[in-house]
Formats: sequence, C-alpha cells, structure tokens
Amino acid sequence: MTVATIFIDNAPREVNPKQNLLHVCLSLGYDLPYFCWHPALGSVGACRQCAVKQFRNEQDATGKIVMACMTPAAEGTRISIADPEVVAFRAGVIQGLMQNHPHDCPVCDEGGECHLQDMTVMTGHRQRVYSFGKRTFRNQYLGPLVNHEMNRCIQCQRCVRFYREYAGGHDLNAFHLRDSIFYGRHEDGVLESEFSGNLVEICPTGVFTDATLKHHYSRKWDLQMAPSICVHCGLGCNITAGERYGTLRRVVNRYNHEVNGYFLCDRGRFGYEFVESSLRIRHPLVDGKPATRSEALERFGAVLRKGAVIGVGSPRASLESNFALRALAGPDHFFAGVPDEESRLISAMVRILRDGPARSPSLDEVEHSDAVFVLGEDLTNVAPIMALRLRQSVRQAPMRLAAGLHIPEWLDHAVRETVQDAKGPLFIASPYATKLDDIATATYHASPDDLARLGFAIAHAIDATAPEVIALSPELETMAAKIAAALRGAQHPLVVAGASCRNRGVIEAAGQIAWALCKVGSPASLSFTMPECNSFGLALMEAPPLSEALRTVRSEPVSTLIVLENDLFRRAPANEVTSLLRGVQHLIVLDHLGNPTTDAAELVLPAGTFAESDGTLVNNEGRAQRFFQVLNPSTDVQESWRWLHEVSVAAGSKSMERWEDLDDLTATIAKEIAAFGALPKVAPPRSAVGKIAREPSRYSGRTAMLANISVHEPRPPQDPDSSLAFSMESGPGPVPSSLIPFFWAPGWNSVQAVNKFQSEIGGALRGGDPGVRLIEPSRESVWQYFSAIPPAFKSRSGEWLLIPVFHIFGSEELSRHAQGISQLLPRPYLALNPAEASLVGAKAGGRIKILIEDSQFELEIMLRADLPRGVAGLPAGLPPFDGIQLPLFCKLASVGTEFSARGVL
Amino acid sequence: MLTAEERREIEIKLADYPNKQAMSIESMLIVQRHRGWVSDESLGDLSELLGLSVADLDGVATFYNLIRRRPVGRHVAMVCDSVSCWIMGGERIRDRLCSRLDTTLGETTADGRFTLLPIVCLGACDHAPAMMIDGKLYEDLDEQRLDEVVARYK
Ligand code: SF4
Ligand code: SF4
Ligand code: FES
Ligand code: FES
Repeated sequence: MTVATIFIDNAPREVNPKQNLLHVCLSLGYDLPYFCWHPALGSVGACRQCAVKQFRNEQDATGKIVMACMTPAAEGTRISIADPEVVAFRAGVIQGLMQNHPHDCPVCDEGGECHLQDMTVMTGHRQRVYSFGKRTFRNQYLGPLVNHEMNRCIQCQRCVRFYREYAGGHDLNAFHLRDSIFYGRHEDGVLESEFSGNLVEICPTGVFTDATLKHHYSRKWDLQMAPSICVHCGLGCNITAGERYGTLRRVVNRYNHEVNGYFLCDRGRFGYEFVESSLRIRHPLVDGKPATRSEALERFGAVLRKGAVIGVGSPRASLESNFALRALAGPDHFFAGVPDEESRLISAMVRILRDGPARSPSLDEVEHSDAVFVLGEDLTNVAPIMALRLRQSVRQAPMRLAAGLHIPEWLDHAVRETVQDAKGPLFIASPYATKLDDIATATYHASPDDLARLGFAIAHAIDATAPEVIALSPELETMAAKIAAALRGAQHPLVVAGASCRNRGVIEAAGQIAWALCKVGSPASLSFTMPECNSFGLALMEAPPLSEALRTVRSEPVSTLIVLENDLFRRAPANEVTSLLRGVQHLIVLDHLGNPTTDAAELVLPAGTFAESDGTLVNNEGRAQRFFQVLNPSTDVQESWRWLHEVSVAAGSKSMERWEDLDDLTATIAKEIAAFGALPKVAPPRSAVGKIAREPSRYSGRTAMLANISVHEPRPPQDPDSSLAFSMESGPGPVPSSLIPFFWAPGWNSVQAVNKFQSEIGGALRGGDPGVRLIEPSRESVWQYFSAIPPAFKSRSGEWLLIPVFHIFGSEELSRHAQGISQLLPRPYLALNPAEASLVGAKAGGRIKILIEDSQFELEIMLRADLPRGVAGLPAGLPPFDGIQLPLFCKLASVGTEFSARGVL
Repeated sequence: MLTAEERREIEIKLADYPNKQAMSIESMLIVQRHRGWVSDESLGDLSELLGLSVADLDGVATFYNLIRRRPVGRHVAMVCDSVSCWIMGGERIRDRLCSRLDTTLGETTADGRFTLLPIVCLGACDHAPAMMIDGKLYEDLDEQRLDEVVARYK
C-alpha cells in the first residue's frame, strides 16, 4: 500500500491516500463525529457532521471548513480537528439535528448504544435552545422484526442508502422534503428485504430497532455477551449474542472482515428466538417423563452396558459434539446423520475443493469478484449474505469507469452517477427465478440436469480439452460461449454452486468450470454453499451416511442408537426412519427442541444451543470458527459433548477420560483427525489469555439480581472452557479477535465502536480476523475433468420432477421456531408452470392433489412462469414434507379425482 | 384503474425516455391532468405499468410539490411565499385570499371551488407579489386586483 503523509493539528501522520480524511482519522484513532458516512456505504456528505478545517499550506492560518468524509487524504493535506471554529461548527450541526429530536432516550431502545448519543456527547452539545414545536410523524408497522419510531430521525439517509442501493430493496424510501422527511414504506406492511434487520444497526438513532428484542428488552450495558457464530445457514456469519436474567435477548452483527463484514441476514439476526421457543427441552426426559440429571445419567449408563451402540451425528452440531459421539460409539459406528445423496454431494464438493486447483474464497473475496457465474443456487434464500456480497460484486467491473475518471471508490454518489446502471458480469443459471436475477447479465432457468449441461458446456468453451456436451441446443451454445468469455476476461472470476438442486452434475459442472479457468491460467475461485452450519465440518469427519446406520442395525446386533442434535424424520422418509428406530432397543437423543425424533426416544438429554455451548463450526469456505457460551443455564442444559463425556466416563470408558474441557477436547480431535490439525488454533486456549468479561463495565444490578433467592451475592459461575468470564471482571491486555465479547470503547457505546477494533476502518480486526481455514486447493495437478455429463432433461407425461424451492424463513429447521420469524413462514404450496397447471386443470389459488411415492397431499397451487416445463416446486424443509428427499418424480391430480396407476386420470 | 386514455398517453411518452424510471414524474402528471390528483390507487396502477415500486413513485411524488397526493378543488391557486413577494406584501395578499375564500393554505374550500397552496418563487419577482391559478400567472397583485382575479373562477 502506498502511504501519504498528512498533517493533523500539525502532527505528521501516515495514511492511506486512497481514502478520505474521515476514514483515515478514524483509522488513526481520532474521535471525529459522523453520521451519513458508513465504511460499507461510502461518503455522500449529507449530514455535515464530520467537518474539519483544511489549510492550504503551513502559512495558511485561516483555512476553510470541509467535510472530512468528502475530502481525499492526499499527500501533504493539512487539517485541524481541534480548531475552535470547526469544533463549534460540529456542535452546531448536532444542535440542528437535535432540533426536532424527541429527546426520549429513556424510553428509546437505542439508548445506551446510540450513535447519536455518542456523537452528541462527543461534540459537547448539551443544551436545547430551540423552543418551538417539533415535527412529528405517524410510525408504521413494518412487520414482526423491525420497529419504527420516526420522530427520532436525523435525516442521515443511511437507511435508504443501505436498503435500496446496497441491498437492492424497493419498498423503503424517503418521502417528502425539507424539514419533514419521512423514511418508511409507502404504507404499513412487512419490510420485503431479507436484510431489513441491518437497519437496526445502520440507523444511527432509534428509528429502526429490533422488534424481537422489544419483547424482552434489555440495555446493551446490561447484557452479558459472547462471541458466537450464526447457526442458520452454512456461511457462518459472526454474531454477538446477548443474555440477561438467564434468557437469550438478541443477536447483533459481530464484524469479521473476511466473513460477514458489517451485515447479517434476517434469518441470522432474528432466528435466535428458537432458543426460548416453547418446544425447548430444558430437562432430561426418561420414557417421556421429566427426570433428574442423575436419573438420566443412570439410565444412559444402564443402556450403554446392555450392548453395542451406534451414533448418528449432525450437520448442525459442533465438531466437538460430533467427535464426542464418534468417540463414544467408535469411528466405525458413527454415522453422519444426513441423507445419502446429500452426503455424497457434500463429499463431492469437499473433494473438488481439496483435490482441484480452484480455491474456496472468503465472502470478502466473493464480493471482490469481477465476473460471477451462479449455478443452481437461490442464494438469497440459501446463503443470504453471499447474495448481499454478490450484489456488491457487480459494481467491481464498472468501478473501473469511475477509477478512470479519478473518482475514488468511497465517493459513493459520484461513483453511482458515473456507473449508472452498468453492472459487471453476473450470470445466474437456476431452476427458478431468484431475487438476484434483477442484477444478472443473463439468467437461465432449467431443470437441474440442464443446468449441469450448461455448466459443462461453459467449461468446454473455456478449455477445449474439457469434455464436450453432446446435442447442446444452439442457444445454450451461445450462452455458454458468452459466459465463458466473461469469466475468462475477468481478473477475479468466481463460480458459485451448492447442493440445493441435489444434483451431482451441477456440482461437478461448477468444479469443471473453475478448473478449466485455472487450467487456462485464470485465478478462479469456487464457492459452494453448504446446507447447514456445520455440513462442511461433518463432511471432513468422513462418516458414512444415514443408510449405513440402517444397514448396520440390520446386519449387526445393535442395542442402542444415540442421535445427536438431529431430527431424523427430516433426513429420510418416515418409513425408513421408523425401521431404523425399530431395529434398536434403546433410542437416546440429545437435542434443543422437541421433534418427532425426541418424541420417539427413551431418553432425551437437553442439549445446549449455540447460546449455552462452546464449540467449533466449519463454514462453506472451510473456515473453522469458534462460538462461545453466552448464558449459563440454571437448568440441566449443557453442551452435547459434555453430556457424552460425562456419561462415558461414568460408564467406565477410558478413551474419553483424557479430556475434561474444551481445550483438551480440541487437542484430542486435532490429534485424531488430520483434517482438524489446526483446530486448537481457532481461538487461543484458556491458559493463554487472562480473564475477559462477558459483562460491560456498566452492567447494573449485579449484586441485586439474585437477591430474591439470597441477599449474599453468589460467586459468578466459572467457565472451564474459555477465558470469557461470567462477570464484569477483565484482566489487562488486548482481547484476541476471536474472543471479543462485544464492541465497546470509551465514548463509543454503539456498534460503531468496532472502529476501535479494526487495523484499518473496514479492514481486518486487529490481530487478524477470527477463523482458520482447514482446506486449501491441492498443489499437485492430479485432478481430471469429470466426464459424466447428464443427458438433457426430458419431461415425462403424467409425472413431474419435484424440486425444492427455498425460503429464507421456513426452509431452515431452527429459525422456523423463532417467535418473529414464525409469523413470516410461507404456507405449504405446490409451484407449477402455468402451462403445466393447465394440463392438470389447476388454477392459481386453487388446490391440487399430489402423490409423492406412497404419500398423498392436497396443496395450494402457486403459478410460477419461471419454473421449467416438466418440473414442480415444493417449499424446502417445510413440514409436512420435510422428510421427503427431493428431487423425485411425483404425480398430480385435480382435487376430487383419484390417481390411476399410470398417473392422472 | 388507469383509463385507456391515460394508458395511451403514458405509452406514447415512454418512447421519449431512456428508461421507465425517468418516466415516473411524467406519468404521474398525466394522471393528475385527468384527475386533478394522484391517489394511492393510481400509484399502484402506475407501479404495475412501469415496473417501479410504489415506494419509488411515492418518493418522487412527495418530493415535488406540483404532484398532488390529495384531491383538490375545481381551481388550484398557488400563492408565492418566497422572499420578493414577502417584501412586496405577499402576506397581505395571502391573508386576504384566505379570508375571502374562508379557508387556509393547503386546504380546499367547503364548496370545492378552490384549493390554496403555497409555492416558492414563481419566477415573477419583478412583478411581486404573484400568484398562479390553474397555470395562469397573476402579477403585481393588490387587494382589488386579487378580488377581480378570484371572481373570474367559478
Ligand atoms: S431513519 Fe435513521 S438511518 Fe434513516 S435517515 Fe433517519 S436517522 Fe438516518
Ligand atoms: S447468511 Fe447465513 S450465517 Fe449469515 S446471518 Fe444469514 S443465516 Fe446466518
Ligand atoms: S459524515 Fe461527513 S458529511 Fe456526513
Ligand atoms: S418571490 Fe414570489 S415570484 Fe419570486
């Protein structure tokens, strides 16, 4: 990086000349107030808060006031932050902004973590002098997730800039003008964007706040907080979880430059409420009845002594818990707990990333790709933050236009004016239209096999030695050539795919394209989405899939089945699960929420969720990330790995005695499974760091909150697994980035305190971003092109290929039970192309009968012209069909008719 | 529902613009010419026709004070409330107009005859105070002239 020297209040400072003065001042640690600027959104100079005085040269004593966010940090620039005139100017700006503000901090949810409060204090404005009426607004109902209180607005424009320009939303806007600008929807209603929750953090005031927090409100300073990882998709966004009085209160973004940056999706932000759902299991159940901890352990021990055990792990459980079960059951008797096909697909993805030359990028690298091909994925609903990152990636190529005019990247509206509607190459080939299609150069909607064929054709167009696709239509030939050319011409091409189509060809085709690019000398990246938060980690354990468990039960004398954080009825058709369960005498389940599997169990143990546990998850990049317990449950809830450890030690197992706490456990895993060699490095061991307080120094009521039980303040609970303490006491010294419990700095109470933790604003956290990559591409060229190209899809008469249609709210198992999100779930439906619907005499809004294998359902019809012919769509993961393993062929009949043996009557 | 006429006019105009977004002001003005104002329902119809969100359109509509989001009377009088007119006695003219019609700025008379709206600078500063009724400019107003002018609009 080139460096420039600028003078701040006469002191020479080295700064990044590609940035603006506000950015560099904050990076240097100066407290310069601002509102409208945001590191991810750039500068627009709207609020006038970041004023500094700029001098022409050393002799210039007068200077002029400029906006720091709008002025480049060019070599030799001389500015003053402390100049009395500019100090007064900034206080005056706040005074103006506060003129209409209701001054209602005591009843405002933002209070105590409000950027407006922080900036007001920072500028020294303390006395309201305006004595006329304030402008007031009617607030809107924006849905169950985000609350609206417009009177607090200071017109900084951040909300609409984020929502519309950054996240591509259309239903939020600024209305009216002058001194009564309103930010909201055109009428009351649920915000349509999947990223609406970010308004809570983007808005520097209390206009947009977390509506779910409102149900169990606590000030930030009263929250006990811990670093955690989102469990609601495979991307592993970093989150900060907050607890008060033994319950989980909220989740906010935890900045990780490489992964989620400043943002979360609404599933990730609001899904946490499942932890307090009424289905929550908080005490052991023996034979369906509540039992004590010792009764449960006794029963567990008794069952273990009776005979052979098999264990079924889970892609939503931590590596540690999966490993503990593997250790208890033995590596030969541990199964992955995912359907066979999914297991094969995920292994294929991991193998492609490990054996081939294409690297899996971090999400930050995804954003900086300048040509992207998405194959078979509905990213907004499957890996939402990746969709948000890709929305920025299409700005990469056109950004060169602005660069050519010497417009710096951060000068947001000038860049947008220059770029206009120009977008970099993004091609999306998916089974149905996705929300990202609006920014795509071209889209192609087809059945999974046809998508794979397009992919293979692109690979062949890039490198002629890649196998050719036979009998490709001329249009697809042209499209393949176009996409190939765009990818070849890019500096950072990216291919995205995943298991959503449940089609191996799609995955191999994506790999083929990336490999072909690498072969012709392009530094191609290959990003696979993963179905669940630890799908990647579980795949690295290389455990056999679920059907092998059934085979083992049939062929060997197995007395007990232990299921870890997994509802098997979602993994396989009910009859298969039932025959697996019938094959054993004892079923033991560890899980968070009641489900059909726990209902069938003889013994249920209350497993800690991410909020009550420590553990490691591996995201789709192959990055291992640690999450830490935020609440110390007063119930029997604890980590699954701890339950399993306790019971096996009690039952006399020697192998598990060696580890007592998390650090022992990760060291053991690293030793036993080569892929996890770096596991202990994911976060520093407990012994390496002094105490880190989970509670802020203003935490109130510590001595009183348990006084109803005893007036003597109890000793704080001990944490045997990490340096994080359940108290306000911290040792000296900096906190390692993976252990930051919350972002706070003197004078910076809002989430924007993250400024003080970054090596450069918007860059890596000091000491490096958390997480350790477990896989890198192979350096040997042992890979070979795939040659199994599927034939073109042929519609069948009287049968439809049923494919999953993903929903950000509904398709994921846990967030579905969150109080806010549960109000936004789709109703079960069958999606059909109108042409297909007319074949079976079905109309929009009507109902239809559907025969899937042996089960019949009656469903509402949704017409979707974007669905390919011969295909029908079913919402993924939504009961009652969550056990059906798609894709498969189904039959349809209009309500009132019967299915014949050959299909529709 | 947009009338066939409105639709036709919008479609003709569309040809003059590079994209549908650029058509938002013009399309709302077309509706307004036919109906006097732009209702929520019309915004919904335009949103469908142009493929822009209602929020997009309403953001534009509420930014421009010549696009009216509430029904107006038979005649619309726009009274300048900017500097030159203020110096030249614009407030007197405004008060007289309001009391004659027994209503206030931003309101419509009970009989639906007039809607009074404030406007900034009609560009007639050299003949201040000024006012515009149904698109026709009236300059150098005093009480007597105001009365005469208003009487012309039934
Ligand atoms: S609502 Fe919040 S983000 Fe939007 S303009 Fe007002 S203060 Fe800024
Ligand atoms: S994108 Fe995935 S990991 Fe990130 S917040 Fe959303 S659900 Fe969580
Ligand atoms: S932050 Fe610089 S003008 Fe708003
Ligand atoms: S100020 Fe009234 S016309 Fe210019």
